[in-house]
Formats: sequence, C-alpha cells, structure tokens
Amino acid sequence: MRLLNRSAGRLSRHRRGPVAGLVVLLLGLLLTGGLYAAFAPAQADSKADQEELVKQGRELFLVGCAFCHGANGQGVLTQGGSQYGPALTDVGEAAVDFQVGTGRMPMAQPGTQVPRKEVVYTKDEIAALSAYVGSLGTGPAIPDAELYDSERPGDLNGDGKEDDQDREILVTRGGQIFLANCTACHNFEGSGGAMPRGGFAPKIRGVDSKHIYEAMLTGPQSMDTFSDGNIPPEDKKAVIAYLETLDKAPSYSGFTLGSLGPVSEGIIAWVGGIGLLVGFAVWIAAHTTRSSKKKDEAAA
Amino acid sequence: MTVGDMSQVATTNGTTPAPTKGAQRAGAIANWADERLGLGTAMKKNLRKVFPDHWSFMLGEIALWSFVVLLLTGVFLTLWFDPSMTEVHYNGSYDPARGREMSSAFASTMEISFDVRGGLLMRQMHHWAAMIFIASMMIHMMRVYFTGAFRKPRELNWVIGCLLLLLGTIEGFTGYSLPDDLLSGTGVRAADGFMKASPVVGSYMSFFLFGGEFPGDAIIPRFYVMHILLIPGILLGLVAAHMLLLVYHKHTQWPGPGRTEENVVGYPMLPVYMAKAGGFFFIVFGVITLLGGLFSINAVWKYGPYDPSKVTAGSQPDWYMGWPDGLLRIIPAWETHIFGITLSWNVMIPILVMPPLMLMILIALPFIESWITGDKREHHLLQRPRNAPTRTAIMVALMTFYGLSWAAGGNDIIAIKLHLSINQITYFMRGAVFIGPVIAFIITRRWCISLQRHDEEKLLHGYESGVLVRSPEGGYAEKHLPLPEAKAYTLTARDRDPEPETVEEIEASGLAGRQVRVRKLRAKLQALFYADNVQKPTAEELHDAQHHAEHELHELESQIAAGPNRHGPTEH
Amino acid sequence: MSDAHTPDPTGHELVPVEPIADPGLPEHQWRPTDVDPAKEKRAERQVATLFGLSAVCVVLFLVAYFTLDIGDNWHVVFGFGASTMALGFTLGLALLLIGVGIIHWARKLMGDHEISELRHPARSSDEDREGTLQALSAGLEESGIGRRPLIRNSLLGAVGLLGLPAVVMLRDLGPLPGDKLYHTIWGKGLKDKPMRIVRDEIWTPILASDLEIGDLVNCQPDALKNPERYDIDPTEVEGVNLQIHKSKASLILLRMNPGDIKPGKDAEGKSRENWTVDGIVAYSKICTHVGCPISLNERTTHHLLCPCHQSTFDLADSGKVVFGPAGRPLPQLPIAVDEQGYLVAQSDFDEPVGPSFWERDYYDRW
Repeated sequence: MRLLNRSAGRLSRHRRGPVAGLVVLLLGLLLTGGLYAAFAPAQADSKADQEELVKQGRELFLVGCAFCHGANGQGVLTQGGSQYGPALTDVGEAAVDFQVGTGRMPMAQPGTQVPRKEVVYTKDEIAALSAYVGSLGTGPAIPDAELYDSERPGDLNGDGKEDDQDREILVTRGGQIFLANCTACHNFEGSGGAMPRGGFAPKIRGVDSKHIYEAMLTGPQSMDTFSDGNIPPEDKKAVIAYLETLDKAPSYSGFTLGSLGPVSEGIIAWVGGIGLLVGFAVWIAAHTTRSSKKKDEAAA
Repeated sequence: MTVGDMSQVATTNGTTPAPTKGAQRAGAIANWADERLGLGTAMKKNLRKVFPDHWSFMLGEIALWSFVVLLLTGVFLTLWFDPSMTEVHYNGSYDPARGREMSSAFASTMEISFDVRGGLLMRQMHHWAAMIFIASMMIHMMRVYFTGAFRKPRELNWVIGCLLLLLGTIEGFTGYSLPDDLLSGTGVRAADGFMKASPVVGSYMSFFLFGGEFPGDAIIPRFYVMHILLIPGILLGLVAAHMLLLVYHKHTQWPGPGRTEENVVGYPMLPVYMAKAGGFFFIVFGVITLLGGLFSINAVWKYGPYDPSKVTAGSQPDWYMGWPDGLLRIIPAWETHIFGITLSWNVMIPILVMPPLMLMILIALPFIESWITGDKREHHLLQRPRNAPTRTAIMVALMTFYGLSWAAGGNDIIAIKLHLSINQITYFMRGAVFIGPVIAFIITRRWCISLQRHDEEKLLHGYESGVLVRSPEGGYAEKHLPLPEAKAYTLTARDRDPEPETVEEIEASGLAGRQVRVRKLRAKLQALFYADNVQKPTAEELHDAQHHAEHELHELESQIAAGPNRHGPTEH
Repeated sequence: MSDAHTPDPTGHELVPVEPIADPGLPEHQWRPTDVDPAKEKRAERQVATLFGLSAVCVVLFLVAYFTLDIGDNWHVVFGFGASTMALGFTLGLALLLIGVGIIHWARKLMGDHEISELRHPARSSDEDREGTLQALSAGLEESGIGRRPLIRNSLLGAVGLLGLPAVVMLRDLGPLPGDKLYHTIWGKGLKDKPMRIVRDEIWTPILASDLEIGDLVNCQPDALKNPERYDIDPTEVEGVNLQIHKSKASLILLRMNPGDIKPGKDAEGKSRENWTVDGIVAYSKICTHVGCPISLNERTTHHLLCPCHQSTFDLADSGKVVFGPAGRPLPQLPIAVDEQGYLVAQSDFDEPVGPSFWERDYYDRW
C-alpha cells in the first residue's frame, strides 16, 4: 500500500503565496503574447478558409440533411405539428460533430431513438457540416483538445508539476462526479440503461473523449445538457479521465458479462452453475457400459 | 456396565485376526473409539445403508455442498471484513477510489479484493456459491414436488425444506448488503421503504432496525450478526434435521423391476454412495471455484461506496429477490390516503403480502393434496410428473407466475437488450402474471394426459419399431413391437386413481350440516383433481391387446413373406 | 405394487390385480472393468492420473499465489487480473479433478452390485406407542398438572409474560421517529442567509444564469459543506448525519422553457407559481415509491424515471406520476435567488420526502 501524497489544503496555500501570484501573472502574460504571435498573422487566411468550409458544408447539408432539417436548418414540422427533423439553428458545431461523428446522423430510419452506427461522412466533411450549422446561429463550438485531454490534468495537488499524481486526483474526482451525474442513466460502468418508452441511455465506453465531451455539452437526443455552467470544463475532463481509466484498467475479477449487474450474474449462476452441476449429476448417476461377459467366463 | 462386560468387548475385538500392521492400528483405534462411543451399533446399520441412484436425487446435494463452500469461504472473508459503518478515507491499492470517504465495511471489502491474495477469488466464490445454493434448493424442491416425494411420511421434511429456502433467501439478502456498495445500499434503501410501508408500525420498525433514521450506522453490524451467526445457526440446525429425516425415512426410489414400496434398491453408503457424494462435493466446490476465478460478480469498486444521493441504472437485487422486485415494478400506483393514514398497496402487496403468501402456499401444498385425495398411505415410490397431471400443472402454474414476475424484475435489461419499451413490457406483465399461470396450468395438464395416453398406447400396442411395411394395397404401416417386460412393468407400476365419492354416497352416510358440505366439496375437488386422467390398463385389457397385436404381427409377417408385388394370403 | 393388495382409501372398491407381475431385480451385468483385467488396469491408471493432475494444479496454484502480484501492480493477462483468474482456475481444476477422479473410481472400479434393503413404516410399533403413552400419562399424573389447574395456569401466565422482557428489551434498538421524517436540512436556512443549492460532489453554489435550458443538475444543500454559514454544528453534517441528510435532501434542478411549466398547488392549495426561477425547477431526488434516488431525466419530455422500479414523474407538471408504481408526485422545493444571485431554497419541502409511511399525512401536527 502506498500513501497518497495530497491534501486539500495545499492547493490553496500555494495560490495564496505572493511569489506564486507573480509567477502566474508572468506566465499568463507570456502565454498570451506567445499565442497571439503564433495565431494572429494566420487569421486573415483562416477567415477565408472558414467561409470556404461553410460553403462546402452547406452543399453537403442540402444533399444529406435538408430533407428532414429544412434547407436552412430551420427544422421541418409534420402536418400534425410535431417535429419531423428539429431546427438546427442554435445547436452549435459540437452537436453536429457529435451526431455525425458517431454515425447517429444521418438517420437510417425514423425511430424512438437514433442508435450509434458506422460513420458516413469523412473527417473533413464533418468539419464542413459543423462549420455550416455553427454559422446558422449560436450554440457550443467543438471543444479544443486540451479540454478533454486527460493526460493534461493540470497541477491539481499544487506541487508545481503536472504528473501522475495529478492525474490520479483527476480520476478520483471524475469517478465521484460520474457516479453523481451519469450512472443513473448510463450504469455504473457506462454500459447503458433503459429509459421510458423504448428510449435508452447508450453504452458510453470506448467512445472518443471528444464525443463524450460534446455529448455532455449538447445533450444529444433526450439527454440532459451539462453545460459549462452546470459541470465546469475541468470536471468534464475529470469524468473523461475516469472513463478512460475504466477502459484501461484490467478486468480484475474475470469476465464481466456485459457489466449489467445482477441480471447477467443470475443468468450465469443458473445456466453456467446449475446447468453444469446438473450435467455432472447426470454423469454421476448414469449407468456405465456393461459387458455381456460373465466374470468367471472372463477369468477362464 | 460391569467390569465383566467390558472385558468381553475387548476380548471379542482382540481376537479378530489382523492381516497387516496398518489394519491392526486401525482396529485399535476403532476399538478405542467404540469402547467410549458405542459407534459399532450405530454404524453397523448405516455403513451399508442403501441409496438409490438417479441424477435428480443429487440436486439437494448441490445445495448441501454449496452450503459447505459458503461456510468455508465465509470464514475466510470474516478474517478481514470489518462490519462497521465508521467513515474512513480509503487508502488501499485501487487508485480511482483513493482518498474517498467510505464506510469501514466497504473499505475492508476493497482490501479483501485488492490487497489480500486470493481475496477477490474468495469473495466471488462466496457470492456465486450463494446464488447456486438458493438455485439448487429451488430445483431440488421442484424435483421433490413433481415426483410426489413430499407425500406421507415426508411432509415435515418438505416444510423444513421450505423454511430452508426462506432462510437461504434472507441469508442471501443480508450478505448482499454487507459490502455497503452503491448497489447493495440501494437494496437496503428499498428495504427501508418496504418497512416504512408496513401498516401502523412502519416508521418505528425502520427506526429500530436502522438504529435511527436511514441509513444510520447500525444496519451493517446488525446484518453481519444475522448473516454469520443467527441465520447460519438456524440453517445448520434445519439442514441437520432435514438429513436425519432423510436417513430415517430412507430415500424414495423410482418404480421398476424389484423396486417396491417395501424396499429400497441401490448402492450401499460405503463405498459407492460415499464416493459419489464425496466426489460430487469436490465437483461442486470446483465448479464454484472456477466461476469465482473466471466470472466477475458484484465488482464493488465500480459501484463505489454507498451514498444515498447516488444510484446506477440497472439497480437489481440478486436473482432470488428478483420476483418480488418484479411485482414491485408492475404493480399500479395504488396508494390510499384515508382518515389521515397512508396505505401503500403499491409496496404492501408485492413485498409484504405476496412472498409470505407464496411461502404459505408452498408449505401447504402436501397437506392440501392429501386432503383432496384422501390418501393417507405412506409412499416411497416416486410418481412421474405425467401421472399426476393436476399436481404437475399446479406447480407449473406457480412457476409461470414466478418466472413472469422474475422477468418483470429485469424489465429494464430486457428493454435494452431486446430493444423494447419498459412501459410496454410492464403493461404486458401486468396481464401476463394473471393469464400466464392459467394458460400454463391448462396446457400442462393436457400435456400430461397426452403423455399418459402415449404410455398406454405403448403398453397396449407396443413401441414403434421404425420398420415400415407396405401392404399389398400400397398402404404403409409401421410395425409395432411389444415392450420388454421390465419396461412394461415399470410403466404399469403406478397407482390407479380412486373413484371420488358420489353425492348419493355422501348423503347416504348419515352425516349432516357442515360435514356433508365439506365431504361434497372434497368429492368435487377430487373429481377435478383426477379428471380425464388415463388409468393403467387392467390385466384383461393388456392380455386382449397383446393377443390382437400378435395377430397383426403375424399377418404383417406373412404379407412380407408373400413379397411386395404379390398378393398375400390374407383377404382384405 | 402394494395397491394390488390394499383397498382404495375410501374402502369401497377393490383394486384389480396388477396387469404385469413384478419381474424382480434383473440379473447383474458385469462392467468391462470387472471382466477385463486390462480395462481394469486402464481405469485404475486413469483415476490415478486425475489425482496426479490435481496435485499438479495445486502446485501451480502455489506458484501463482507467490508470483502473481496484486495491489498496486496487478499482473495482467489478456486484460484480466492474472491473480484472481490463475488462482481460481488452478484451485478449481484441482478440486474438480479430485471429484472427477473419485466418481470415475466409483463408476468403474468400486463394487456396483445393487442391493436391496427393507423399509420400515415411519410410525413406531404398537408396543412402543403403548409404552410411551403409559410413561407420558404416568408422568403427567405424578406431576398433577391436570389436577391442579391453578398451578398450571399461573405457570403458563408467568412464562407467557416472560415474552414481554424479550420484546421490551429491543426498545433501545433505535430512537422513535418523532418528527424526523417530516423535515430536511433545507429548512435550516436563515432568514438573511437562505440555504444555497450547490452542485453535488463539486460543492459550488449555482447562479441562475449559469444554467442553460435543458440542464439537469444533481444538487445538495450548502449546509453539508458549510454548516457554520447556517449556524449549524459541524458534527451535524459529519459521518452518519451527513448520510442521513443526503438521504432526504438530495435534489435535482432542471432548467426548462418557462412556458412548459404548469405550476401546481402547494399543500395549502396556493399556486406554486413563484416556486421557480426563470424556468428552473427543483424536485426531491428521492422516489416516493421506496426511496431510490432518481435523476434519469428525458430532456425533451421532462419525464424523470426511477431506475429501481420505473416510476416516471413529469417535472413540468408538479412532479406528477405518469407511469409506474409510485403513488405520489415528487415533492417540489420552492426556490429563489439570494442577493448574490445564487439559487437558494425558499423553505423546506412542504411535505415529507421519500417513501410513504402510515402516519405520513399527520404532517400538520408537526
């Protein structure tokens, strides 16, 4: 056993230190300056690129999406007044990147809920579609990689380094936030669960960290949103770190049977346990082969 | 005992020739023990005690041996488990939980899982053994019921068996709750809700059990004492009584040549039965160990410590609590508020009424049947399920009810795995738990009667030999051959159902009032119980049929001899 | 068959003779291992091999026990924890092989003559019964229990009363419920400092403007982390007490389109119109059926599902039950914002949260 080297107090003590404040200020200035220097000259180009991307996206949209979502993403109502395809004016880039990036859109057939399937569009096409829909109105942008990169936990224990200990803290915190906010629908291991009227919370294991982040941000389909005002970005990262840890951790206890809890365990107990043991019982009580010979005949 | 007596015993044993030195020593030990315990007399009777051999007679053994495995693994777990709800900060090896607050019970469960070598194996074995223990008790009970082994003189052993099933279930539930993880805590929380729903004293019961308000800090230590002392003690006592009665009554057997109500045919306790039972112990132990090593069960580190504000999708109890949980899911929202009191039918019916009712029905089954049939004889020969169609159908109906309720307890998993709506499953189950058992009863009963008819056919007309014969007219017929004598005897080795009393007979009996009504009711039930059963043929019927079959066979053979394209000697 | 001789239980019909007479036990047939010494030897070797393999498994078990690491550095094989699997596999096989070996031995080599033993009726013999009855009546007679009803009845009464101490002594298992089930810590807010609503596990207060439409927040009362702010003794929110408070005070906050909300009536029949803030509603997280925490919300319908027994509540319509076994709506918490703009509880719930209990409707009494 190894003792955990962290305490809640340490983080704030360092921040309060006068030298630390100065260091942070200097670092911040340096960083801002550096970033500006790196990105400013390219901005003119990127603006033109962006317009080109939106244009491409619009073309793709008209072919693949407009039938349900309307030519300008305004949505299509059925005659009865219910939504055929919802309006996409304020869903944001992140929503498109999630829906198309996980293959949920375009929809193969109408249903209670769109399942995840093979991705239809290429990476560039998805970027173009996102850019177009993003240009229609407000809504969250595609998150920067830094937001969901759990290898960059930040200096959480305040020892001046960003290392494994910080990641451990991030994972532990993520586990708690996961259990408080996610397991109710997605199950304790992210295996998914049932929702009313044929809906379901999908399995969220083995999903791209970016998509997890986008799902929290945009609340796909019937899912609640977990906006940055609800769960701050650093805590979203913690949840992602926890899920990644679950993915990487060995199965300490053997085959997990889909991690669905006692139902699958009960099936194994009956089929595997009782089934096998009754099989043995049949063997134990079965009659052995018989010989037509008599004992003294054989001896003779 | 006088000195003279003792010397005589010693002399008797001492004069037995000893072929080898080892045997001599063994003899000496046996002598030493017998002089003090008098084992000789008790063992003489039992060492060669006969046990009949059939796979279905070993189902109870699975329960017995998994109970032994439970005791062994359970003792191992107690060496580390700390049944306390004191909050501690986890400091063990499982990284994602490090630093988290949790109860000592959960922390020590984590320690057993991650810091004790083989601890996780033992935990999983203990849990698998518990699941198998209860499952095997149930299939053993089904076997006893379907074969009529519960009849006189074994009714009390049936009752003991029912109590064992009840205690096993409670033992399972208390054990499931001990790790204090999110899943088991949710179960305990539901149990708190059940208690609060009890009429009049509900909230008081809850406060007394939890030592205050839920969750309190008393429930784990209290469950622990129940789980490792109180219930296992009673279980052990009842298991001993169950086995003693088994030895006293001697095991039932299937009818067959040489097997009667007055004897028991099989292998002697020493060596064959002992070897088979002992071997089976190792097999049960081995299978449970393999399950424990290969299959994950209750991975507490993923659930995390119990926290009353958290929950996971797929919150289910272990399988044996699944059926009341299913009823709890499908019951409509019935709650009455009257005169300032609250009656939660939506909890009381599925939890406080149905399981005790089911247990009482099970316990009462042998007594109800013997009252209806009026059969007060001892029975040691088993019946095939088909030869008691109503009995078989009753149990299948009960099993159908159980099975549907059970499935309802997994409605969320069924919904996601089969892409159905939990709402629709629930609506379906609300009807199915009533209609299903009725349909199952009718189908089973008719099925049994058809099988009886099939048996009768075989007895009277022989078995289908698989040889097709073409008649001169071009028709095809299958050659039937008479059953071997032993098989035919086995098929006829069953009781004829008695004729129920008629109304006239009852009225002529000179009784009056309530007694007559009871007799009439009984006669009516008896008629229903035996209705449409096929009785075994009489000696005369069998003789006629065999005569007829021989004649037919003879005819067929002569036709064959006449060849396919020639007309045979018979006139049609 | 015995019924060839015994009359039917009702005794008014003689059963016809058995159609086929019992042919008796069949002649014993020998097994190949009984008559063929080579086969016998082979079976013997097989059994010994099984036992030998079992011993090998035990050795492997020991090797696995001492070489495979757990704790901080699990050895991993094919993505599985190597120790558990190897220990289970070797020990399981060791046991199984002994079992299979013994059974094989019994089936092939042990004597397999079926023998027959006579049964005896379960009842005791008539003499024994007679003797027992005599002994019993002699004993009863000598005790005089039948002749002295005064002694008998007073003894029965006294022994019966002994049940009372047994029951009464359980009294201190726990305190009486009192009014505990009627209150939660939400009611502990102060006049100038109403109880703030904080994010569960993150423990930060929530600005109404933080939330977007469609957000669901799992919440706790601020007092669980900042008891001093509300003049609450810190021990009140530690250990057991913390769990007790959480089990009643857990809350879900949902922001929806204000137009979707149909305000219901409170316990006194007044409208719940001012119980929300800009489309933000707060409901108890504890199911009214048997008390599972629930937060499985469908954003599009505002239907909240319980994962335990699938009760479904409509959060846009006063938490009304729309499906499943729960008998009552989810209790709603009236919320407001404090001067810094953080969401706070206006008061406690106006009804007990969680599962029903007998005296629940005596709420006015408290």
